Amino acid sequence: MINKYKVIRGVKATLIHVLLLAVTITCLFPLFWMARSALMSNKTIFTDKSLIPAEIHFDNFVKAWTQGQFAMYSLNSLIYTVSVVIGIVLVSSLAAYAFSRLEFPGKNFFFYMFVIAMMIPLPGSFVPLTVLMTKLGFINSPYPFIRQLGYVLCMINVGLSLSILLLKTFFDKMPPDLEDAARIDGCSKLGIWRHVAIPLARPAIAVIVIFNALNVWNEYILAMLLLNDIPNHPTIMPIQRGLMVFQGTYLSDYPLLMAGLTIAAVPIIVVYLLMQKHIIKGLSSGAVVG
Amino acid sequence: MSLSQQSSFSLPKFRDQLESFAFVLPAVLIFCIFYIVPFYEIFKLSLQEWDGISLVRTYIGFENFKELISDHGWWKSMWNAAYITLIALTFQNALAFALALACDQEIFMKGVYRVIFFIPPVLSEVVVGLIWSWILYSGMQDGQHIGLLNTALAKIGFSNLITNWLSNPKTVLTCIAVVHSWKGFGWGFIMFLAGLQTIDRQLYEAARVDGAGSFSVFKNVTVPMMLPVIVVVMILTILGAMQAFVLILTLAGSAGLGDYTAVPVTKILAAMTGQNRYGYACAMGVNFGMILIAVSFVLKKISERMKQA
Repeated sequence: MINKYKVIRGVKATLIHVLLLAVTITCLFPLFWMARSALMSNKTIFTDKSLIPAEIHFDNFVKAWTQGQFAMYSLNSLIYTVSVVIGIVLVSSLAAYAFSRLEFPGKNFFFYMFVIAMMIPLPGSFVPLTVLMTKLGFINSPYPFIRQLGYVLCMINVGLSLSILLLKTFFDKMPPDLEDAARIDGCSKLGIWRHVAIPLARPAIAVIVIFNALNVWNEYILAMLLLNDIPNHPTIMPIQRGLMVFQGTYLSDYPLLMAGLTIAAVPIIVVYLLMQKHIIKGLSSGAVVG
Repeated sequence: MSLSQQSSFSLPKFRDQLESFAFVLPAVLIFCIFYIVPFYEIFKLSLQEWDGISLVRTYIGFENFKELISDHGWWKSMWNAAYITLIALTFQNALAFALALACDQEIFMKGVYRVIFFIPPVLSEVVVGLIWSWILYSGMQDGQHIGLLNTALAKIGFSNLITNWLSNPKTVLTCIAVVHSWKGFGWGFIMFLAGLQTIDRQLYEAARVDGAGSFSVFKNVTVPMMLPVIVVVMILTILGAMQAFVLILTLAGSAGLGDYTAVPVTKILAAMTGQNRYGYACAMGVNFGMILIAVSFVLKKISERMKQA
């Protein structure tokens, strides 16, 4: 009897591990294949079918980085990501703090405005947004900085509602003792926000930073509609947009394209692996809240 | 003096509230300009005819919507999105749930699996689409297949299955749906796992003591307890799959296979940038948005019914 149960349990555990390992391989193999193809030349890629290529070429990375402008694309993406995330953290933490702790007329109205906006899916909102950005002079501005600013403002708006909601939930749960103490010591509202609330909210801010950073780095559609290059100026496109341009230019040069993809994918994977605890914690709490 | 006594207006209080309002002002301003204005404009534009350039916008009432109802391409694109969504709802979520169940026990390398399954979701759609377009590539050189999938099929003796995955109307949409599921199952997995971990272990033990078998425990304890999380994941899956389109641009090419790979968002984009029909594009957006809201609403209602039962 006991042996029979042991056998059943053993078979079950083996089956579970087979499933988990199969899915793991399915997750990782395409990425391995990308990196492998990036290390081949345009000739060997059609002949060499082995897992580890016989000859290894790094020149695709050099070519993508210089000729393919990936240095500029990456720098642009970095600039957009940092400015949008800083903007979102500042604007949303100020608003969330006020919604949680301060009193002013219309408080609930404005808060529910953000909540409802998050629940209404609005596909195609990029059409009126593009019209608006043209009218405001962002899209066709002769100054690259203005065009970039327009994109950054739109992306701040994209991440704003969820960030405010997350932070307000966090501030609501925070004990008010420290803030009261600061107030008695004569600290202004802004001072309390800056010196008490923000330091205490660090775990929630970490979640907001990571999710918005991933979102901006991976964003494609608004970058396609809002960011057009100005002739004789360095490109203002971020990396996702750059990849599509690159693919169009070097249509059949797969090793080169894979090198570009590797350049775009590796930073994200590294950041994810470093931050995965926060990411999974943030997602899990989101699941329970939702 | 008498004025300030009649109304409860006092200058210090007003200043205090103004100061508090200043905290939300940047958020409200950004939100009004970049959300409320486009929100209003999409409805207004949907009742107009406009090429995006000329100064005149003609009010045409519900003409755009009338045209939309008899636009076969539009409804075909809706079906395509529904097909992708159906595969995501069944295949992708069933896989995510099974993996979450497997990882909800003391199991070797649990943490490693959890980290790896979330790698595809952090990659961008452009990167994922282009990697898979290379794997599914159907080109040949000297009678040899180049793409990984066709090479592998030839090697293991399934040459009859080899096809032009991304340019064959019969396979392209399924390929897109499978790649979408590959990219997305990690979300569901993490959320299901988080939900499973909140279930009290004593419930399982109590059911076992009462003589319930594994399947009975699953059906009578796990599923009812997980219902709220299942509904959230389903709604997110639907909203994500219905609106997926960058994968389509990268897998099928920007022109795609016409109606075979069109989804509502690519249709909106084509009406806007290709045909310069801004009003029609907005009507599509409004129509599609309403359908999405209706679907999530119905799903929410059904789950509430099930909870009461």
